[in-house]
Amino acid sequence: MQFGVFTVGDVTPDPTTGRTPTEAERIKAMVAIALKAEEVGLDVFATGEHHNPPFVPSSPTTMLGYIAARTERLVLSTATTLITTNDPVKIAEDYAMLQHLADGRVDLIMGRGNTGPVYPWFGRDIRDGIDLAIENYALLRRLWREDVVDWEGKHRTPLQSFTSTPRPLDDVPPFVWHGSIRSPEIAEQAAYYGDGFFANHIFWPKEHFQRLITFYRERFEHYGHGAAHQAIVGLGGQVFMRRNSQDAVREFRPYFDNAPVYGHGPSLEEFTSQTPLTVGSPQEVIDKTLTFRQHFGDYQRQLFLMDHAGLPLKTVLEQLDHLGEIVPTLRREFAVGRPADVPEAPTHASMLKAGVR
Amino acid sequence: MTGGTTTTLAVVQAGLGSPSSTQLLATRLAEGVERFVPGLEVRTVHLRDLARDIADNLVTGFPSARLRESVESVVGADGLIAVTPTFNASFSGLFKSFVDVLEPESLAGKPVLVGATGGTERHSLVLDHALRPLFAYMRAIVVPTGVYAASSDWGAEGLPGRVDRAAGELADLLAGRAATKPEERFVPFEELLAGR
Repeated sequence: MQFGVFTVGDVTPDPTTGRTPTEAERIKAMVAIALKAEEVGLDVFATGEHHNPPFVPSSPTTMLGYIAARTERLVLSTATTLITTNDPVKIAEDYAMLQHLADGRVDLIMGRGNTGPVYPWFGRDIRDGIDLAIENYALLRRLWREDVVDWEGKHRTPLQSFTSTPRPLDDVPPFVWHGSIRSPEIAEQAAYYGDGFFANHIFWPKEHFQRLITFYRERFEHYGHGAAHQAIVGLGGQVFMRRNSQDAVREFRPYFDNAPVYGHGPSLEEFTSQTPLTVGSPQEVIDKTLTFRQHFGDYQRQLFLMDHAGLPLKTVLEQLDHLGEIVPTLRREFAVGRPADVPEAPTHASMLKAGVR
Repeated sequence: MTGGTTTTLAVVQAGLGSPSSTQLLATRLAEGVERFVPGLEVRTVHLRDLARDIADNLVTGFPSARLRESVESVVGADGLIAVTPTFNASFSGLFKSFVDVLEPESLAGKPVLVGATGGTERHSLVLDHALRPLFAYMRAIVVPTGVYAASSDWGAEGLPGRVDRAAGELADLLAGRAATKPEERFVPFEELLAGR
């Protein structure tokens, strides 16, 4: 099982000091978090992609390429790559290039993006979101798998005799996850291709995602990629830890209360009871995280959101130290009783070995 | 009414006071429908009790457990009575916020009786200028008679007749239809892919 962190890349004032980091500070902080993730023994770092303030990561492969050069083991991913507003040709090129630079330590989580104006800024219409995700991804797959592509579709200029370069490393395209918080069409898409399905369930109650993930697993089996329990599932998580549970709550509360996504709404206590958010001792985080397996079945990837809402870098790095301390326990506990035929998350090495194209 | 199953009626009322004329009107409308539909199962949602849950849902994007329960009882009911006080020439913000947390098509095809209360008769067009367009957008079927009760109506003739007429219209619609609980749509991938 893979454990890692994913970051939105928001530039948010620290509510306890009122200080807003500069873009440069935030970008460098994201890099520091990735390096720390490898140092403490995590497996994955995933960056968001945004094209509007207050977010900085508009160019994920630039950042991931830089991180690739400074890490050895870490799998570099996205959370999420905008399959709707990006040109699939550019995604094919950028991530194949990154694959070569990172020696294959690359995968992607596709997402549609829910910020209305971003679509017209990139010449798209949000009402075409699902159709764009389907058409663009179908083209992206061909660009990575066929050396010469003739193509016509609804949303992009046609291609005749186009070759996307560089070709994927070892002719093995990056593994792809599809992220969605509410669209069965995207779960269906992931199942159809035998790709992974990533449910960022951190802001919503689990019941909603149980339906979506169960549906993905059933359809994965329907399309002949394996049994339902062998489908490739990733989950989000959100934690804040201190040795003493009360200290964690006291320290995190102002960040929770003012968080851009859910601040000024429910109390910390209500939100932690309704969503995967855990604020407490390392043992409480372990206990809550282990319940995900009961709710969603054995799964392959667990990413934690650690660095949003204006938390200072120093605090985030301390949080990653805590996470590094509990991950061995999580690995051990998740392995107990896990059927031998439940696969690990595909990596470049595993797909190369299995002859996947 | 479908054979053998109970007909259910959800009553959503946004009264804030206690006692509240909005609650009073909602109760009379529900009792009116009950007289026409024996065995009617009535479930009342008092929005005041859910005020914070509704605000939280607007902020977080998901309902609390008890709000979800209320939403499901409304969406799953065969018919709906919706009653709001008139605030500043329209339905109350709390009332609209509740409608705002419903899924866009969740009231499609549902028979709805609209009611409103206010301090004076001069606001009675709130039924036709605010509530009807709202439920038309939600693709609900609003019965022809809406019931508006000003303070003075509680001591005047006429209200019981309007309540009866509106209740009878809703009961007629309820008698003619099965539950309108929306089904989740499912499109297989080949269809989504459409040959691409």
